[in-house]
Amino acid sequence: MPIKPAPEAAAHSRPALKPLRHTALVRSTHWITALAFLGLLVSGIEIVISHPRFYWGENGNVLTPVLFKLPIPSSRALVPTGYGYVLPDQNGWSRYLHFQSAWLAVLTGLVYVAAGFTSGHFRKDLLPRAEDVSWRALAGSIGGHLRFVRPDPAEAWSYNLLQRLSYLTVIFALGPLVVWTGLAMSPAFTSAFPASVNLLGGRQSARTVHFFAAASLLLFFLVHVGMVWFAGFRSRMRAMITGRIDGPAEDA
Amino acid sequence: MTDLSRRKLIKTGVAAATGIAGLGVGTVLAKNYGLIPPDCGGIWGVGETLNYAAYRLLTNHSMAREFERSEISAKPLANEMPPLTDEFKTLQAGGFADWRLTIDGMVDRPGTFSLKQLKSYPRRSQITQLACEEGWSYVAEWTGVPLSHVLEVAGIQPKAKYVVYFSIDPDWWDSIDMSDSLHPQTYLAYGMNGEDLSVGNGGPLRMRVPRQLGYKNVKFITRLTVTDDLKKFGKGLGSASPEGGYSWFAGV
Repeated sequence: MPIKPAPEAAAHSRPALKPLRHTALVRSTHWITALAFLGLLVSGIEIVISHPRFYWGENGNVLTPVLFKLPIPSSRALVPTGYGYVLPDQNGWSRYLHFQSAWLAVLTGLVYVAAGFTSGHFRKDLLPRAEDVSWRALAGSIGGHLRFVRPDPAEAWSYNLLQRLSYLTVIFALGPLVVWTGLAMSPAFTSAFPASVNLLGGRQSARTVHFFAAASLLLFFLVHVGMVWFAGFRSRMRAMITGRIDGPAEDA
Repeated sequence: MTDLSRRKLIKTGVAAATGIAGLGVGTVLAKNYGLIPPDCGGIWGVGETLNYAAYRLLTNHSMAREFERSEISAKPLANEMPPLTDEFKTLQAGGFADWRLTIDGMVDRPGTFSLKQLKSYPRRSQITQLACEEGWSYVAEWTGVPLSHVLEVAGIQPKAKYVVYFSIDPDWWDSIDMSDSLHPQTYLAYGMNGEDLSVGNGGPLRMRVPRQLGYKNVKFITRLTVTDDLKKFGKGLGSASPEGGYSWFAGV
């Protein structure tokens, strides 16, 4: 009587599949977030043009002193800018786009974060490795970046220390901060949750922090795209689109 | 077909069917509970509907933040506005003695009120923030009669769902749902900081809806129409704002 091969043996007889660099969930949430971020960025810039002045505290308008102002023209005649012209008003569609993109970003972010915790993605891929938790490792990683040392091929399979820290900052600090300060500007939201704006010291403080949080996210975005370019645009894009990668696979 | 891919296919199918069924049930529930805004169509409909539905679910009984007298802004900014109509100027020359507010639609006792009559009704005050969608804000003490009182005098019919309010400027009208109309902080305001409401700030009569942004607080109110169907007004989007590209719901 012929003996059936054990299931393990059958599995071994198939050609070994290379593991995926990024899971389908990471890839899809990454690109949806990228799309939402661009929508928020474009509409956010349009909205700020209608009042490129910033204040601290509860209130501020063209009759009150500013904390600082952006040296750009405005889409409102009431705002003194020093420019002899007024830009066209784009706030209608910008506001619609801003909130629709915000919903997309927040809902996608929640799925990503929930999956990140349950799948071990944060622990395995983003939390600094035990041997990297030292000032020496941090200094080494910063030095490597400053000297523009190209990553070695093995790095295509994992994130370096600075990368992990910046991703964690975006996911757990800047992202929540920009959402919080955005909601703190909503008179409807603050009627239900007044602490959301009172803790920040007022509506205008919320708006100013929102601006700096958004500016930090923009800086992250530019450096992120720059580093992808530097590390090898084609291979990194391919990994984030298809999940696959050329080169040696590292055991996770 | 392997077991694995069959299982995956079944899982995906079940998830998709659940999603579609959920969407259908959700839409019916949302309609029944009044969670769908009049400008729910078009490419921005999803974000606008999520904003309004979240507002309706979270803030039915919440109160806009109120401030101390010491927090009143020294200079309540009067925003730029279109030139006043001849009709307005005539009424202004007469000290607004002939200003009339008409109430019609789904009420038992349609009628007309003079400012004097409105001022003889219970007088209420609130120190709240007016925030513009552009980003600026001020705090003022607003005095007026709660809209709920005027609606009570006129006797709203049980099927009424919205109050449409019209400015003397024919290009400017808006609407709020019954929850906002009956909200204790929703006023027909005729006073600010202890004086008659100035023309620049919307005098002699302005709709004050402090849980929504400035543009929902329409100036120079002359008519209220109680209705169960916003499709009958203008282009059917609930207000002049969506016709000009701005969202109907202005709580964010």
